[in-house]
Amino acid sequence: MALVLHDMNGLLMDLLAITLLEIFYGIASLALISLGLAIIFGMLRVINFAHGEFLMIGGFSFIMLTSAGVNMWIAMLIGAPLIVGLLGIVVERVVIRNLYGRIVETILATWGLSLFLMGAASLLFGYFQRGVSPPFGTLKIGNYQEGVYSIFVIVLAAAVYLSTYLVLRYTKLGLIARATMQNPEMASSLGVAREKVYAVTFFCGAALTGLAGAVLAPIAGVVPTSGLAYIARSFITVITGGATVIAGTGIASVLFGTVSQLTAILTRPVWGEAALLLTAVILLRFLPAGITGRYFRNGL
Amino acid sequence: MRALQSHVTTIGTLVAGIVLVGIVPFAVAPFTLADLTLYAAMAILAMSLGFIWGFGGILSFGQSVFFGVGGYTYAIVALNFDSPSLALLAAIAVAVTGALLLGYFIFWGRLSDVYLAVITLTISLIFFMLMNSMSSSIYRIGDVPIGGYNGIPGIPPLVVPGTDRSLSVAETYVLVVTVALLVYLGLSWLIRTKFGRILCSIKENEVRAELLGYDARLYKLAAFAVGAAIAGMAGALFAVYSGLINPDVFGIGFSAQIIVWVMLGGLGTLIGPALGAVLIQMLVVWLGKVQVIDANMALGVLFIVAVLLVPAGLVPRLQGLLAVAFGNLARSRP
Repeated sequence: MALVLHDMNGLLMDLLAITLLEIFYGIASLALISLGLAIIFGMLRVINFAHGEFLMIGGFSFIMLTSAGVNMWIAMLIGAPLIVGLLGIVVERVVIRNLYGRIVETILATWGLSLFLMGAASLLFGYFQRGVSPPFGTLKIGNYQEGVYSIFVIVLAAAVYLSTYLVLRYTKLGLIARATMQNPEMASSLGVAREKVYAVTFFCGAALTGLAGAVLAPIAGVVPTSGLAYIARSFITVITGGATVIAGTGIASVLFGTVSQLTAILTRPVWGEAALLLTAVILLRFLPAGITGRYFRNGL
Repeated sequence: MRALQSHVTTIGTLVAGIVLVGIVPFAVAPFTLADLTLYAAMAILAMSLGFIWGFGGILSFGQSVFFGVGGYTYAIVALNFDSPSLALLAAIAVAVTGALLLGYFIFWGRLSDVYLAVITLTISLIFFMLMNSMSSSIYRIGDVPIGGYNGIPGIPPLVVPGTDRSLSVAETYVLVVTVALLVYLGLSWLIRTKFGRILCSIKENEVRAELLGYDARLYKLAAFAVGAAIAGMAGALFAVYSGLINPDVFGIGFSAQIIVWVMLGGLGTLIGPALGAVLIQMLVVWLGKVQVIDANMALGVLFIVAVLLVPAGLVPRLQGLLAVAFGNLARSRP
């Protein structure tokens, strides 16, 4: 009897552990795919509708580089971010620069860009799915299995958020970026080259997006339309988070990651996505400027 | 001037009506008529967005949701109850109900441009994913399975009310074109009423309009619902035309197209979006035939070029050119 009870307890603990891990993974992946978008939106007030395609291109760069024989970690942590970052600079130069301050036009132009990139990718790579199997193997928790790679994603997301915070808060670069965001006229009258700051910020946002695309590629695989699977989630997270880059996106990721993963575990993944949206619509009804529009307004 | 404009609108529509309904059905092949029916349905959809965006300032990326919901509702009701006329009404009613619900959250939350765009886009994506995932036969409404990515086939055509006789290709064409012309006239009229002027004033300056005592939320919600009703109807007509509806109507490519129609045709006019829809539909069909480049890619480039080079759209551009030409003419007279 006692043994059976102990077994039941053990099973419950296993279930709890695996559920928690899944939820943390949901939060981490949401936080990763949203950060680049949040930086571009929060700093530049530009909504980049081609964000999903930036993620897709990050994934493809990673897969192409590894299949060309580049070390996997170099491809993931340096190669993909660099490629997408450079793409970001080109996009900023050609399209975005002409449209600062005109938010609707930016949305439309970047959406055109998104369609273009999707079409270009399907021409270049075709429609079959490409992937790299996740490294590290799996971890056994009782009767359940979980990839160790999920834990890596969680740790990486935390590290990326921490370092972004540290850069923005404590370095000169971060100070200049924040000042330019707060008052562009004042910053440029103090000798800051505004256009350069915009370009660098866009580069950083795009590079982080490329990183996220590469990190998730082993789990999700990449097709030219992969971007579509991400944009709804990442937009909702950033918009609901509000204009505050780290705090807003972080809090929204925790909230939506939990809601959607729990719903997905209890029902099916599609309903998880739907639950996420529903929560967001209701939340925005009461906090129209996002979570950080009301709370943590002076945070980062 | 305003009265003159109104006369020009009415007479122009009448002439277009006589040509499109009186001459075209006898002059072209049935196959072309079917194509033209599709263009007319798309023009109706384009006008619905042209109205809420151009005159209400509501940039919705989810106009295709109402279109799709209208199409699906028509299919489900028509197949279940064997009554196409009832199905058409149901399509409009469901689209309006959806718009009122969604609009309440959007307008009472006072969401601004960006938020509205993202929410509506997300909703269409969610519909796309949900509909695609409902391929198992357990997902059915009445006797009709949702069908997942295959959609619902075998949608019955409209019938002559009171009888069992289905409309022929030519009759369907005449009906859809007539509806398009009526929608155009109706919206032109609506814009000139007191409601329309208040709506425009809210678009120009919401705070000022509210200080004058108008509840901006209510007016926007009403406009949103009118737009949804028209889009839902367009969706039902589309389902009649194609006999099939699938989740592609909720796809991002399609919602992008509607915005391009309005942008390229001319924001702030009704004829512009309708023309834009017809022109771009022809372009898409042609691209599909020649298969040189991906249609999405071409649309994307068109989109960027339209925003950067012709932000006002074709029709206002032409109007501007005409006005300048006539202005010079008038001035050059002694």
